Parts: sequence; C-alpha cells; structure tokens
Amino acid sequence: MSDSTSPILTADGTPLKAKLAQTTRRLRIKALLLTLPLVIFIIITFVLPIGQMLYRSVHNPTGIMVTPNFAEAIQEWDGEGLPDDRFVEIFVKDLALAKKNREIGKTVGNLATRVNYEIPGSRSLITSTARKAKNIKEGPYLDALIKINKKWENPAMWLTLQRASKEYTASFYLAALDRKYDDKGDIVMADELYQIYIPILMKTLWLSAVITLLCFILAYPVSYLLSTLPMKTSNLLMILVLLPFWTSLLVRTTAWIAMLQTEGIVNDFMVFLGVIGDDGRIQMIYNMTGTIIAMVHILLPFMILPLYSVMKTIPPSYMRAAKSMGASTTYAFTKVYFPQTIPGIAAGTLLVFILAIGYYITPALVGGNDGLLISNLIAGHIKSTLNWSLGAALGTILLAVVLVFYWVYNKLVGVDNLKFG
Amino acid sequence: MKLKTLSASILAAGLIASSAASAGDITVVSWGGAYTKSQVEAYHKPWVAKTGNTIKSEDYNGGIAEIKAQVEAGNVSWDIVDVELSDAIRACDEGLLETIDPADLPAGADGTAAKDDFLEGTLYECAVANIVWSTIFAYDKSKIKDGPTKMADFFDMEKFPGKRGLRKSPKVNLEFALMADGVAAKDVYEVLATPEGVDRAFKKLDTIKGDVVWWEAGAQPPQLLADGEVALTTAYNGRIFNAVAGEKKPFEIVWDGQVWDLDLWVIPKGSKNKDLAMDFLKFSTATEQLAAQASWISYGPARKSSSSLVGTYATDASIDMGPQMPTNPANLTNAVQNNFEFWADNADQLTERFNAWLAKG
Amino acid sequence: MSNITGAAVRFEKVQKSYDGEVMVVKDLNLDVAPGEFLTMLGPSGSGKSTCLMMLAGFEPATNGEIYLNDKAINSVPPNKRGIGMVFQNYALFPHMSVAENLAFPLKVRGISGADIDKKVKRALEMVELGAFGNRRPAQLSGGQQQRVAVARALVFEPDLILMDEPLGALDKQLREQMQYEIKHIHENLGVTVVYVTHDQTEALTMSDRVAVFEDGIIQQLSPPDELYESPQNSFVAQFIGENNKLSGKVTAINGKVCEVLLDDRTSVKSEAVNVSAIGDRTTISLRPERVEVEPEVSMDNMLSGKISEILYLGDHLRIVMEVAGNKEFIAKVRNRGELRPLKKDQTITVGWAAGDCKALDPVA
Repeated sequence: MSDSTSPILTADGTPLKAKLAQTTRRLRIKALLLTLPLVIFIIITFVLPIGQMLYRSVHNPTGIMVTPNFAEAIQEWDGEGLPDDRFVEIFVKDLALAKKNREIGKTVGNLATRVNYEIPGSRSLITSTARKAKNIKEGPYLDALIKINKKWENPAMWLTLQRASKEYTASFYLAALDRKYDDKGDIVMADELYQIYIPILMKTLWLSAVITLLCFILAYPVSYLLSTLPMKTSNLLMILVLLPFWTSLLVRTTAWIAMLQTEGIVNDFMVFLGVIGDDGRIQMIYNMTGTIIAMVHILLPFMILPLYSVMKTIPPSYMRAAKSMGASTTYAFTKVYFPQTIPGIAAGTLLVFILAIGYYITPALVGGNDGLLISNLIAGHIKSTLNWSLGAALGTILLAVVLVFYWVYNKLVGVDNLKFG
Repeated sequence: MKLKTLSASILAAGLIASSAASAGDITVVSWGGAYTKSQVEAYHKPWVAKTGNTIKSEDYNGGIAEIKAQVEAGNVSWDIVDVELSDAIRACDEGLLETIDPADLPAGADGTAAKDDFLEGTLYECAVANIVWSTIFAYDKSKIKDGPTKMADFFDMEKFPGKRGLRKSPKVNLEFALMADGVAAKDVYEVLATPEGVDRAFKKLDTIKGDVVWWEAGAQPPQLLADGEVALTTAYNGRIFNAVAGEKKPFEIVWDGQVWDLDLWVIPKGSKNKDLAMDFLKFSTATEQLAAQASWISYGPARKSSSSLVGTYATDASIDMGPQMPTNPANLTNAVQNNFEFWADNADQLTERFNAWLAKG
Repeated sequence: MSNITGAAVRFEKVQKSYDGEVMVVKDLNLDVAPGEFLTMLGPSGSGKSTCLMMLAGFEPATNGEIYLNDKAINSVPPNKRGIGMVFQNYALFPHMSVAENLAFPLKVRGISGADIDKKVKRALEMVELGAFGNRRPAQLSGGQQQRVAVARALVFEPDLILMDEPLGALDKQLREQMQYEIKHIHENLGVTVVYVTHDQTEALTMSDRVAVFEDGIIQQLSPPDELYESPQNSFVAQFIGENNKLSGKVTAINGKVCEVLLDDRTSVKSEAVNVSAIGDRTTISLRPERVEVEPEVSMDNMLSGKISEILYLGDHLRIVMEVAGNKEFIAKVRNRGELRPLKKDQTITVGWAAGDCKALDPVA
C-alpha cells in the first residue's frame, strides 16, 4: 500500500499519476475530437442564439445610437416635471443630425419605433419633429417643440426618452408581463383591454396540459398493447404509430381541416348517417376543439414511444407474481404495473407538454379565435411588428417557464428516472 | 501536375462565367400567385427581352422582417421587393432602403413628368408605387340571391346570416367596423384616433365575433367562400376577381366601404445589383407596363397616364378590366385610403388590443 | 370423479395445447401428497413449465381437471388459488422496498398493519435478511433477491409453493447453497412444494419425488435414488446422471436377468427392466462408477477396453475407452491413493455386476 506523502513511481522513475495522465491523454483528446463537431454545432445553433435572445431582451441601444449626446446628458435629469432647456437643446440638435443619418440603427425612424413601443402615437411625433428640428435655431427649445406638437408637453414623453437612452432596460420584460410605466414613471398593470401576454401564456399552459392529458389517456392502452403483442404484430402497429412522422406537419394539419370543417368529411358523414341535420353541422375546427384534436394527433407518438419503451421492459411475470399473491387484476395493475410505468409517463408528459407549449403552426392554422398561443405572439413580434426585443423577452419567459417545469419534474420524479425511449 | 493546372483553369473559367452571369441577374421578390404572374407577364418578360438580363423571381408573405435581417447582416440577396405602404415607410425611416429620386423616373407616355403623372401619394423617399389594391368584401351570389350592397350589411347577421371571413389583424377591420356603424369614409381615421373611436369599432366587431372565421393568407378567402365555410368574407379584390374570371366562381364584390392601399417597389439598402434593380424599377413603372399589368389582374395602375390604356382581361377579351379596378370612379363612391401614418403609430398597440380581444373568446 | 384422495395437488387427465395442433401436455395424471417436495424435471419444451402455469392459473387447461386439496380449480382465477410462487427471475417489484414486497400479499389480504410488520420481520429473519427490509431489490445480490422471492412466496403462509426454475440465474456455488436453504425451509415449514427445473442435480438433491418430463409425458415418477438406480427407460437413464450405452439383442431372459448379445458379438448379462421378448433390440445402461477397472475378482461381465484418454479429477480418475464397439465408454475410478500405471492405448479388462446394468428400450 502506498502512503499518501510520497507519490508512487513507475519503473522508469516518473510519478505514476503523471504517467497515467500521459498515457490516457491521447485517448481523451481523441474522444474530445469525436464530439467536437456536435459541440460546435450546439454552440452555434443553440447556445449562441439563446445567449443572443437573452441579450436582446434587455439590450436597448436605440437612444444611444440615434441621439448619443442627448442620451448621455439626459441621465442627469431627475425626471421631475419637464426637463431643463439645456437637455432639450441637445435633443433638438441630435435630432437634426440624426435626420440626415441613414445608417441602419441610427436613423430617427429607429428612435421613433422604440418610443412608440411605450407611447403609441409617438412615432409620427418624432419623425415629424425631426423634419423640423433643423429649423429650430435658438431657445427656448422646449417651447419650440411644444409649438410643433403639444405632445412634447407630456412629461411621460421625456421619461420614455430617458429610458430609451439607457443601454439596458427592463421595458420589454414589463411589456411581456402586461405591465407598463405610467406617466410618473412607476410600473403599473397595462389597461385590461390591452393585457394579452399573461392571459395567453396561461391559456397556452392550460391547453398544453389538456393536450398532454388526452395524449396520455389515448397513448397508455396503445402502448400497453404494443408492448404485449408478439414482435411481428407490434412492429407493424409501431409503423402505424410512426407513420405521422413521415408526413409533413403542414400536410397533416391541412388534412385535419379537410376532415373537420363544417363541409368536411366528418360532418358530411354524420349528416349522411342522419346523426345531425344538414343545418346542424358541428363547428369542429377554427376553435379550441380543432386545436386540441390536431395537436393530440401530432404529439401522440411522443407519448407512445417513451411509454412503449418502458412497458416493454416490464416482464409479464410481475403481474403474474402479484396475482399469485392474491391481488386482483385491478389491484395488481395500480400497485405493481402502473408505478413501474411512471418513468415513461413522466418522460412522455414532459415531452408532450414542452412541445405543446411551443407549438405554433397547428394552432395558427386550425385554432381560429382560440388558436392564438404564446408562440404565435412571439412569431408575430419577430415577423411582423419587428419588435424583436419584446419577442426575445417573451421567448426568455417561455424558456424560464419550461425550465421551472423541468425543475419541478426533477423534484417530483427525478430526471434520472425519465425514460425517453 | 498537368491535371492540376487543367482543373485549376477549369475552375477559373467557371468563376468567370458565373460572375459574368450574375452581372445581369436580379432577384425580384413579390407576393406570389396570380399577382406575381401579372408582374412576370407585364414587367419581367419585356425587361428580359429588352436588356438581355435575367430575373430570379421569389415569393414572400409581406412584412419587412427579411429585408431587415438581410440588410442588418450585410448580405442582401433581394434586389427589389414589392411591399405595402406602411412597411415601405417604416423600412425607409429605419434606413433599410435605398432612396429613389422621382426625377429619375421616366415621364408618362403623354409626356407628363413622373411626379405629376403618378397619383397623389404614390411616390415616396424610398418607394415607387406600381398598383392600387383594395380590401373589399365578397359573397357567393349562387347562395345569396339578394346580395349585400353596403358595408353595414356585412355586420347584419339577421339579413345575411352565416359565417363571416375576416383577416386576423386589426387593420381594415376597424375601418370596416366604423363605416358599418355609420362613420363617413372621410372621418374614419379621425374617429379611430380617439379612444372612444377604437372602443366603438371593437364594439361593432363584437356583434359578429362569434361568427367569424379568421383568415391570414390572401388565398384563403376565395377558398372559404367556395367551400361554403363563410357566407360573406373580406378579401383582396384581385383574388376575388381571379376566382371569378379565371375559375368562373359566382362571387360578387361589394365595393362600398373599400379600403384601398398601395403596393410599391423598394430596393433594400446594399443590394448588390442596385443599378440593374433601379433600371428594372424604372422600366416596370412606365405607363405601358403598368397598363399591361392591369390586364392580368384587377389592380389599378399608379400612373394617371396608364388608365386610358387599360383594356380587357388578358385571357378573356369579354371582360373589361376598367370596372374591376379599385380606382374605377364607380367603385370609389364610398372608399377609404389606408392611412399608413395612423397604422405606423398605432399598429403595435391596436394589435395587442386586437389579440387580447380575440383571446377573450 | 372428484373423490377424496387427500392429495394436495392432483392433475387428472390434463391436456394442453396452445395452437390447436400440437399437444404440449399429453394426458397428465399426477398426485402430490401434502408436504411433499415434488420436482418436475425435463429439458426445455418438455411441458413441465406449462404444467406449473396451469397449476398457478396463468394458463387454462385445454382438457382435464386440476384439483387443489380435492377442489377443482379450473375456473378459479390465480389470485383466488392461494398458491405461493417463486418466479424464474424472482419478479420482485423494483419500485418497492424488500419489506414492501413482502407486505404485498398480506396487504392484499387485508391483514392489519401491525400483523404485517410482524410477519414480514419473521419472514425476513427466516431467510437471514433481517437488516435488508428497507433496501430496494436492485440493491441486493442475486442470492439475496432469491431469498426475498422465497420469503415473499411464503409470507402469507400458503399450503402450496410453486417454484419455476428459481435458481437458474445464480452461479454454481450460490445455486448449491440455495438448494440446501430451500430444502431446509421446506422441511421446517412442511409446505407442499412443486418445483420446476431442468437441472438434474437440483432435482436429485432437493426432491422427495421427481417427475421426469419429456414430450408432454411423465417418463418416470420416482424418488431421486430410484430414479438414478432404476431408470425405467433409456431417456431417464440418459437424462439423469452419466451413463454408458451398449446396444444389442436379447438372447435369453431368466426372470430378472437377461442375456444380451452386443453388436460386436460379445455377450453380456444384465438386469431386464424394459425388455419383453427374446430377439428384441435393447440398450443397456451402465453407470460409469459401477465399472471396475482390472477387477481382482471374477465378475458377471468381463470385457476388454482400449484406453483412449485418462483424466485426473482429484477424487477420481475418468477413463475413456473403447468397449464392445462403444468408443466413449467411461469408467470412473475412485482415487484410493494407489494409482495403477494406466496409459493411453493400453488394453485393460473392465467388469461389472449384472445387477448394475439395465436392459432398457433401444435407442437409435
């Protein structure tokens, strides 16, 4: 046995640990090189975009880019009432300069867009003021602005400009949580008519939970059947389960439209059978029902696969053992079989739930009024309103929600207990 | 060694050939479908024939997200893009577009200078309009005998029962709602600029909310009508016209309360073929080309001098295109031009309210 | 015809087929006495496991009737039969602790919590796992899991325990140890055990009686010593223990003894077990340890053999030689400390008593 003070040496005199490290280093480097493409891929496609999203949700460069001098000066303002004329003078001069600038990110339009996020209607105020800024030659500058447009009398306008002039901001998170700054600069709830993100987030979570539950109810017996049938039959049925994966998501969703619309196959069939009258056709699509049906169909395999893979590893002898000890089939199922499928249930529900939270195309196509989920709002901000910062803030909140769920799951089930397949 | 030099020279030749080809190659981006086809027939083909250059035609769904992404990344692959007015203004404001001097545009066929020949409000710092299009509402006259004639009819569930198709956006819908509620066309944006006006518009929309099928792509409303999913639907007038003229669908357009808008050419800043794109822009917005496009789709030319040249439908001479245009005087009796400035100021907020309103079920 | 027989288990004309074409169990009749340790022994596919599954209630008998304490149980579901069972891979519930596993059959029976604890504790002590109650099955060694499985089958005090190849997953040493433990538990508790295995050593060491299965039929049902000493047919002789085969024709039968002319024209005297007439073909079975090498006294049968291989195994020598045309004739010679100088290719004399070899049915 070695003693801890003097290192063990190899036959040629080098310390054993060093020698061991030396001989295993090549192997470790090789292993590292093998994983390198994946590591790089993940960094480029996953880590960097998420980092960028986090950064964008708080980064607020517009004021500094468009009106740099004003942005620096206005931070000294105490925010009481209207700013001193010396601040306004710098603002007017910066605005006149910015008007000539057509460099991306430094135009008056960028500032107008940014301020308009917080005070609707101020886009035209800023662009029209900028057009006239070069004609303002002398003070008092504030009065000159007010002469151009009365809105410059509003202290909230200047508070917003001050906020837009800081490099980092919480404004987008406030907006994403249906909150805003009031005229005094305090954080308040947005007007009820304009509250959208929290209700939609809640609706998204609720809908995802319903879809997950339905998937579970439908998938459990199917998975059980698949796991108990002879290999040949179960493989065939497995292909049927996987078949939807081979069809484009868009095609499947469109197929549901053809099936479920009021003039669609299901309604036609029910009218043909006389279950409903021709004028009593049921609205099954462009509402919550349609969203749930289509999404359950699309997400079902994600529930079946983990359940199946777990059930396949449970030998029938467990149920037999339970019965031999006197348990009825129901008792044996609830106490012996079901608990052993929990890792599969946990994996399946987590997978389906997280996928459902982020689903976008299907609810947009078949959801009608109800089809608006949080991901649609994010996409809207990325694609049409171009408020990428708000989109990023919403995305970050969604990510946080998913992580919280994952954490809770870990506490309840234990992540090492999850079996995905 | 020989092989190496040979392959190197082949490579070099290939590079030269490809760079020579790209010199006369521009990418034109538009909305696809019948609309792009009308541009290909009226603009692309004559320009290619005249200059010997080639055009790569791409489709998109509107918005300036792609332009912004390309310009900010400094890798602009779109040379000229057909956009809506509010997008053109915003992109221009944010420095995403090349500026265009109206003096560079060709005079009309009758010699009128471009700035006078173009309709009022169709020339901008960074954009030149090519057509006037419109959002109208339409119905299937084989299913509704005594069809609706007024905007108010669209909201009259008793007189015209059945589902309504509406675009999933506050734009145009709020204008329609106010006009149906009795606001005169000329006052629409004035009323909408007040909080009470917005409330009034939403209140009117409330009356049909439960019966609305929301559409997003321009191709959906004619399909919804054809499938009988809706009784009345708002739509782009050209899409309905093409369903009627091309597919012989029994649809009828109601022009009362139409909200018309412009499509404009813009050149993203940093386009690699800026000069060629500019040449294409000038060519396509000349009097003859605009008039020629109007024979393929029922969108009105942006030049006054083109109007008199508008003839019949390109594939069916029995259809006179004039009355199909949003700009036809008979269609303009009660019409509103989309107020881009109002929407530039209020789109963000009203979209949030619209979404919140939708979500309340 | 269910009269009182006093048998713990009774198979009466039981037949089983899974596919309607092949009979897996053909006309099984078997009584198991109360407190008996009966082993069903046979190669895989011989029908022994099917019999056990029918007894447990997991497979219905296609025909015939099974009785438990003289009660017909064909229509009784497995959970109402009150039979303890130990499965091949133990089937310990992995999500429950050892104690919970043991408590399971008691809870099902609605026994009160305090009684459960007491019984579980006693059962665990019986298998010497008193300190392991809180562990999960996966934290135990194979042998420990096996003991838990046995304890779980016993804890609700059934009259009958079924064991389906319970030691199959253990290594040799553990298996031998467990054989003794199971045997002792059986002796101490006096329960009836029906035990299925394909391992003849297991069957011989543990059982009161062994039923040798082959082809859906019980070939022989005897106590272990009888099975070894007096196999009723060639299959049993070959399946149980080592065995030298010599083929020939019966030339004379004198009561219990017959004379057989082997295929190389040597004549041998043998006990007549499964021969009926002169002229019949027969296979003689002879245990290797009954063969005397270079016998010092004259024996019933004296043949010469040519040694082809000698293996030294410590307690005994194993000599492979050619005798009467059988090139794999084996003799086991006890190591008495005075090894004779035997060599390969040497020709020696071997001898055995007529009573030690059995003339059985012929083997092809």
